[in-house]
Amino acid sequence: MLPLILEDVSFAAGGRAIIDRVSCTFTAGPRTLILGPNGSGKSVLMRLCHGLLTPTSGRIVWRGSRDDLRPRAQAMVFQRPVMLRRAAFANVTYGLALAGVGKADRDERAREVLDAVGLGRVANRPARVLSGGEQQKLALARAWALEPEVLFLDEPTANLDPAATREVERIVDQIHESGTKIVMTTHNLGQARRLADEILFMSGGRLADHAPVERFFAQPSTAEAAAFIKGELPWT
Amino acid sequence: MGDVTSAFDEAVRLIFAADGTLYGIVLLSLQVSLTAVAVATAIGLPLGAALAIRRFPGRPVLLVALNALMGLPPVVVGLVVYLLLSRAGPLGELGLLFTPTAMVIAQAILVTPIIAGLSRQVLEDAWHEYEEQLRSLGATASRAAATLLWDTRYSLVTVVLAGFGRAAAEVGAVIIVGGNIDGVTRVMTTAISLETSKGDLPLALGLGLILVAVVVLINAAAQIIKTAAARRYG
Amino acid sequence: MDVTTRFAQLACLLVALACAPSATAQQFITVASTTSTEQSGLFGHILPIFERKTGIEVRVVALGTGQALDLARRGDADVVFVHAKAAEEQFLREGHGVRRFPVMYNDFVIVGPKADPAGIAGGDDTLEALRKIKSAAAAFVSRGDRSGTHIAEVDLWTMAGVDIEKEKGPWYRETGQGMGPALNTASSMNAYLLSDRATWLAFRNRGELAVLVEGDKRLMNQYGVMLVSPDKHPNVKRAQGQAFIDWLVSPEGQAAIAEYTIGGEQLFFPNANDAGA
Repeated sequence: MLPLILEDVSFAAGGRAIIDRVSCTFTAGPRTLILGPNGSGKSVLMRLCHGLLTPTSGRIVWRGSRDDLRPRAQAMVFQRPVMLRRAAFANVTYGLALAGVGKADRDERAREVLDAVGLGRVANRPARVLSGGEQQKLALARAWALEPEVLFLDEPTANLDPAATREVERIVDQIHESGTKIVMTTHNLGQARRLADEILFMSGGRLADHAPVERFFAQPSTAEAAAFIKGELPWT
Repeated sequence: MGDVTSAFDEAVRLIFAADGTLYGIVLLSLQVSLTAVAVATAIGLPLGAALAIRRFPGRPVLLVALNALMGLPPVVVGLVVYLLLSRAGPLGELGLLFTPTAMVIAQAILVTPIIAGLSRQVLEDAWHEYEEQLRSLGATASRAAATLLWDTRYSLVTVVLAGFGRAAAEVGAVIIVGGNIDGVTRVMTTAISLETSKGDLPLALGLGLILVAVVVLINAAAQIIKTAAARRYG
Repeated sequence: MDVTTRFAQLACLLVALACAPSATAQQFITVASTTSTEQSGLFGHILPIFERKTGIEVRVVALGTGQALDLARRGDADVVFVHAKAAEEQFLREGHGVRRFPVMYNDFVIVGPKADPAGIAGGDDTLEALRKIKSAAAAFVSRGDRSGTHIAEVDLWTMAGVDIEKEKGPWYRETGQGMGPALNTASSMNAYLLSDRATWLAFRNRGELAVLVEGDKRLMNQYGVMLVSPDKHPNVKRAQGQAFIDWLVSPEGQAAIAEYTIGGEQLFFPNANDAGA
């Protein structure tokens, strides 16, 4: 389905412009991190790309063709994991069942991803009694099981402690290595430096910068980007 | 006070006399109310789910109407169903008047708005939490509704119990459409009404105690099942 | 076996219970009658005899006379068995009934508080008693529900020269309920009340009430039975309904009525052979 092309995309709600004429292209390969202060529109931009929201103007186009071997083309992991009232294992197979995967394949794939993220031992526990970090890893496993072409992540470690954060970042890397395009938002500079191949910098609903990670940090092209990197951009 | 103590004595005497008539009345009460609740649940839960998930023009009006219908007076429902099922009415051919089936119909009409309205609230709250994730995973509206219904099952048990409580407690509807016929359509509430009007207050109170005890037992059983399942499934 | 499975089993058991065949496919008739015949226990005594003999189940819907006749006008009953001759004859004139048969009579009594503020106790002139109650403005409970008893009560006021609709005051309480609830109300208010003797004898919540006036010929209360017209209401079970009526007026049925007593006292007096009743 990639590349994903945004043409002059705007999104307004309640009379306010939340996304203001953003144009960019997401290509297969590089890990793309969307960086910016709170209120810059990062989460809304993700939801527009994933299809949870419809732009009020402009176009969002998936130029490539669908790979039918993948159960789902895209998946998303949210800041707060939403788990069903059933076992961890069943939460993973739920997504696969929705994608039409047969029972034997579902069970095998679920076991695979749960082991890969380190939740093999708690697979039969009710998902809702797991810790915050474990639930987020479960959300990643659920998304990974679908073998998506693109994985969107909306500030997945914002609510986690440093140890859990490291584990989540490690898993994101594994997913990237298994052939999935990563698009992730964060307001954490360190995380951006660690994970990104390219940076989209959002400010006030506009795309203020789009550059490879080294160039962004070394030579930010706008004053806002520079201020943000120095930690001086005010809260909106 | 004397009436109340005699009521307890009556209640105990009735239960231990293993009175066939009493057990028949209790059994019929349960059959009618449980069947009515089953029908109301089969209609009300999908309706509540649809209202929780879908947005359509006129939805606020429908919600107000539904909430109002939760407070339908049983005697009004009884009167309307009587007029429908009477030989002189549109459905008279069915010959359902003065049968337990008529009582089930009346109570189902009474209870369906309760189950639909209360479940709608439960499911709408759950939908706020689940909507983005379920849509992200590609769930269709009906699949999402089914998932929500299962995930909120503990709260929905309480909703169904509320519906059952309403059905088991009412007398206005069943007395009109059932006719309180001895051995055919006499249930706990109509029997209590009859004994009261005959002036046999201890007996009426005794029957009342038995009715309350039955409803309490059913609620307790549901609570035990809920707690055990919650411990298991989280 | 886990909890969910157990719950599912319980649910299935309950649904099966609910779907269990209740009434058998046996033949039955629906009789619209009054609260006095039901609540006095008369039906509990005589109906099993009829059912054993004929195999026909009699389902009684007990309402006030006015309601019972209205029920029959809608075709919701096969037989009416009430006690208001004028209303019954009106019913026949409208073509809803086939023929009226007198069955039995009982009597009304005036009950009231033992303290008797209107001073009517022991008399046998009903009309005088009513006049005294009115001038004493003593509390009086009326059925107010177009039942046979209510119709009789209004007729007695009229005979006593009182237009009760116009001349009633706060002392006259219309409850719009059956005999039993009206007795309950009179008992708690210590009021006077016209009651049929049968319901009074079976009534348990008497409080301070006692029979004060009885025996007056005007207090006689005649019951009649009619088959609802199958010409007007094709669903009426003509044969079984007529069988019930035939039995009620037969020597066997009349004997069954006569032998019903409470505390040794006979409640209803069969008079099917009294053509003018």
